[in-house]
Amino acid sequence: MTDARTPDHPHPRSLTDLFVSFTVLALQGFGGVLTVVQRELVEKKRWLTREEFVEEWAVAQVMPGPNVVNLALMIGGRHFGIKGAMAALAGIITVPLFLVLLLALIHAQFASHAGVASALRGMGAVAAGLIAATGFKLAGALVNNVLGIGLCALFGVLCFIAVALLRWPLAYVLLGLGGLACVMAYRKLKP
Amino acid sequence: MSDAPTLVFGAGEWLGLFLHFLTLSLLSVGGAISTAPDMHRFLVEQHHWLTDAQFNASIAIAQAAPGPNVLFVALMGWNVGLNAGGMPAGLLGVALSLSGVLIPSTVLTYAAAQWGHRNREMRAVRAFKQGMAPIVVALLIATGWILASTNGGSLEDWRVWLLTAAVTVIVWRTKIHLLWLLGAGALLGWFGFV
Repeated sequence: MTDARTPDHPHPRSLTDLFVSFTVLALQGFGGVLTVVQRELVEKKRWLTREEFVEEWAVAQVMPGPNVVNLALMIGGRHFGIKGAMAALAGIITVPLFLVLLLALIHAQFASHAGVASALRGMGAVAAGLIAATGFKLAGALVNNVLGIGLCALFGVLCFIAVALLRWPLAYVLLGLGGLACVMAYRKLKP
Repeated sequence: MSDAPTLVFGAGEWLGLFLHFLTLSLLSVGGAISTAPDMHRFLVEQHHWLTDAQFNASIAIAQAAPGPNVLFVALMGWNVGLNAGGMPAGLLGVALSLSGVLIPSTVLTYAAAQWGHRNREMRAVRAFKQGMAPIVVALLIATGWILASTNGGSLEDWRVWLLTAAVTVIVWRTKIHLLWLLGAGALLGWFGFV
């Protein structure tokens, strides 16, 4: 990431900006926050380019812990150190936590209503599409990848087959396919 | 829930709850949800702190609510607390479970990310980011597929798959606000179209 602050590539202005931005993000994210994070941070606020987002997401995904929480932590930490990390983390957790507790109290009353279950099912189908679409959008960032578009497509298809169709554990896929891809990228990068 | 157990919790039980989430934190590669089977083993089968219904509802509600899905862990702590004696205990359960599952992974991720940024010109760091890029992009598409198949499952549920596919194309190609789509999904479900 470049540290140049330009109109096309602004930074978060303050700890409050981080906290509020991630709170707003989290509150839009039904069924997972990732789609909203990509749209807000890359397309609207432009704190990250699409390529940077994929790179940061790779780290957030490989480290233990919730991916979106990791991503918030990393972006906050990048600009304001440990305080920024805590502000972004608090933003993405605090208000949603109260909402989810409230929802649990309400759910206890209405759980048996058939319409509620069906509506949740419909929202679940939409949430699945949101996440898949984010993947297709970010695939555009692979054009400049050092592996080349052919190898990227090959690794992508293999990964999809292993995870979605064969249902292999994520850790094996990350270590196996991911490790192989990293070794090949290492060999293609100039020392 | 009428069949919820009534628990007697002392400091030892609370500590056990905290330590369980603390140890799972570093195993939660790919999100806390990947450790849900072990949470089920510990909370439901071994200790009977939660019923099956409470366990499943915790996950479903967190998925339906806005915010990161990891909040399902907070709901498990909440329900354990309720079983152990009401709202104050519920809040203690939330605090212990959520801090347990977040502290170790957060510390590790922060340290690793800062190190990676300081050494971002290093060949190995660049190779890691470039090599992992196609994997993580494909993982997103695979996650969408898995979520769609837990909703739909068989070919008889083709309408669920159609809805997921339509949303994929719409979000990919347009800038329509995501809440409209979720609202439409809720209505289609409510009126029995999917």
